[in-house]
Amino acid sequence: MNMVVCVKRVPDTAESEVHIDSSGKGIETGKLSFRMNDADNYAVEEAILIKEKIGGTVNVISIGDEKSDEQIRMALAKGGDEAVRITDPALEGSDGFALAKALAAAVKGMEYDLVLTGALADDDGCAVVGVALAELLGVPHAAYVKKVEVLEDGKRIKVGRELEGGLMEFLEMDLPAVLTIQTGINEPRYASFKGIKAAAKKEIAVKSVADLGLDPSEVGEAGSWAVLESFSYPVVGEKAEILEGDPAETAAKLAAILKEKGLV
Amino acid sequence: MLDFSLSDEQKAIQQVAHEFAEKEIRPLAAEYDETEHFPEEFVEKAFKAGLTYPYVPEEYGGQGMDFLTACIVGEELAWGCCGFATILNANNLGSTPILLAGTEEQKRKWFGELTSRPTLAAMALTEPGAGSDAGSVQSTAVREGDHYVLNGTKCFISNGGLADVTTVFASTDRSKGTRGLSCFIVPKGEGISPGKKERKMGVRASATYEVILDNCRVPAENLLGEEGQGFKIAMMTLDKARVSVGSASVGIARAAMEAAVDYAKQRVQFGRPVAEFQAVQFMLADMAIQIEAARLLYMKAAWLETQGLPFTKEAAICKTFCSDVAMRVTTDVVQVFGGYGYMREYPVEKYMRDAKINQIWDGTNQIQRMVIGRIITS
Ligand SMILES: Cc1cc2nc3c(=O)[nH]c(=O)nc-3n(C[C@H](O)[C@H](O)[C@H](O)COP(=O)(O)OP(=O)(O)OC[C@H]3O[C@@H](n4cnc5c(N)ncnc54)[C@H](O)[C@@H]3O)c2cc1C
Repeated sequence: MNMVVCVKRVPDTAESEVHIDSSGKGIETGKLSFRMNDADNYAVEEAILIKEKIGGTVNVISIGDEKSDEQIRMALAKGGDEAVRITDPALEGSDGFALAKALAAAVKGMEYDLVLTGALADDDGCAVVGVALAELLGVPHAAYVKKVEVLEDGKRIKVGRELEGGLMEFLEMDLPAVLTIQTGINEPRYASFKGIKAAAKKEIAVKSVADLGLDPSEVGEAGSWAVLESFSYPVVGEKAEILEGDPAETAAKLAAILKEKGLV
Repeated sequence: MLDFSLSDEQKAIQQVAHEFAEKEIRPLAAEYDETEHFPEEFVEKAFKAGLTYPYVPEEYGGQGMDFLTACIVGEELAWGCCGFATILNANNLGSTPILLAGTEEQKRKWFGELTSRPTLAAMALTEPGAGSDAGSVQSTAVREGDHYVLNGTKCFISNGGLADVTTVFASTDRSKGTRGLSCFIVPKGEGISPGKKERKMGVRASATYEVILDNCRVPAENLLGEEGQGFKIAMMTLDKARVSVGSASVGIARAAMEAAVDYAKQRVQFGRPVAEFQAVQFMLADMAIQIEAARLLYMKAAWLETQGLPFTKEAAICKTFCSDVAMRVTTDVVQVFGGYGYMREYPVEKYMRDAKINQIWDGTNQIQRMVIGRIITS
């Protein structure tokens, strides 16, 4: 099975304060640490599990600057075979659709049966790229996949999709296909030092938009459907009422309000 | 040329170790501190993650890290919990005599065994009457044909009794004192057994046992080096262990400082976060100063080892400074937390308890000062 996994470098914002930068279109990243997008980490693991089970190759693709090599190499260290990094100033300002165009152009140049992406990026939370990629490649897709089973002939797969309320939907799909992988589908391994050393020796092919046969106007703001205008902090609502006093007093006031509004 | 940057590979394994500490150690740290149980499944996880026997060369089944890289990993694991990190550090301590003094055959055989599955190793030097004065070991090893018969009681042994392989120091010639000490590879089995399990102040996820040798027969081929080389092997092993203690101390201190910085920014008194009071901010600054210096010391000592240069003095300096820093920093961190810091509900009193052992084991800091003093005045 030839597989392609798309990975993204994202800031780790779980435990840090996030501030809007001076451009108004980004966040200050100076104090943030970066890592592989959580769901992508699961996508990498799923691909390697399939490879270990039935054989095949795992190609890693990322869009970003050379700092993304850190994440690409981590995927290689865990068992990825080859890697492509798409780097081009023209990609600045791309929405999910424009990014998917670049990825699709790269994937088309590879032999593939299965493309895996994370279901959702932790930074922009759009959940668009994987699905758009499938459309652009003209292959079927399933999103929020929490189970993958390769059927015996290796030409079809059975996937479980996570629905609301813990329900799982099972489908069979023809390959090639794109799956967007949900966190929790597996237990991502830790890269070993041996793997890390082997990955350090691998070459990461760097491609520009032109290398992929795209015109710069097809990506970036020009090639996007959605353009980011600005970030802003949520306005503090006027309806908030702060109760003052010691805990006993505030608790009594709160209880009175809840009763009054018929909420308890 | 002086270069303070880590290689890409070092940064990557540091990140892996950090993630492992965050996901596999931290969530369990408080529970195992409280129950003092031994986390068996942790050994398995560390094995699967490729974090056991870090500086044993790949050809013997180890992870093949250089010693500095292994210490960087050690800092991250101790950042998670020094008790858990101690389990793996005791593996290193217990197996290092084989690495330093073993023949090719001994290394292949014993590391083959230790690295093929989740295992534990221990080093049994200390005895009730031989702590700082390690040379006065009373345990004996008597040659009988092609075997040695070991008798004696060891105490305070990390992973002791549980270990698959224990390197035991015993006297083959009592008349010769330290020059009569020898080191033996003792596999788990008849003749070696755990005595009492110690109940400790800190590093409570790590198991510390008495180890009883009762007519323990080991083949003569399990002797490491020659008879009489035991003390030298022990000292060389401790040189490395002291640098590991340094890196673990930095891990604890850093974890504690991070907690203090977060807390001080959130805790409001007199209408302001306490981090804005200079008295508190200076405490935090002093922590940062000490931790930065401590890290450079353990890295320097470890680097000397990777260059094949002497590092006994630097190991002793590193061990003393880093563990003293960990003790001071964690004590101040409790202070920054005020009364909450004293409560077991918060993690910081544990850091203080965990820090303390690092001033004691692998040679107390008084003994380290003797080592340093002797070297600089000789
Ligand atoms: C949790 C834990 C785990 C351990 N794990 C291991 C292990 O895995 N393997 C192992 O072999 N050992 C282990 N030890 C033993 C440890 O290395 C010893 O406790 C340590 O070396 C000190 O020996 P002692 O406890 O007998 O103290 P003592 O030697 O009795 O020291 C008492 C005090 O006297 C001071 N002192 C002693 N001699 C001098 C001197 N000449 N000059 C100045 N001051 C002096 C010491 O600094 C100390 O303050 C462990 C200990 C603990 C507590």
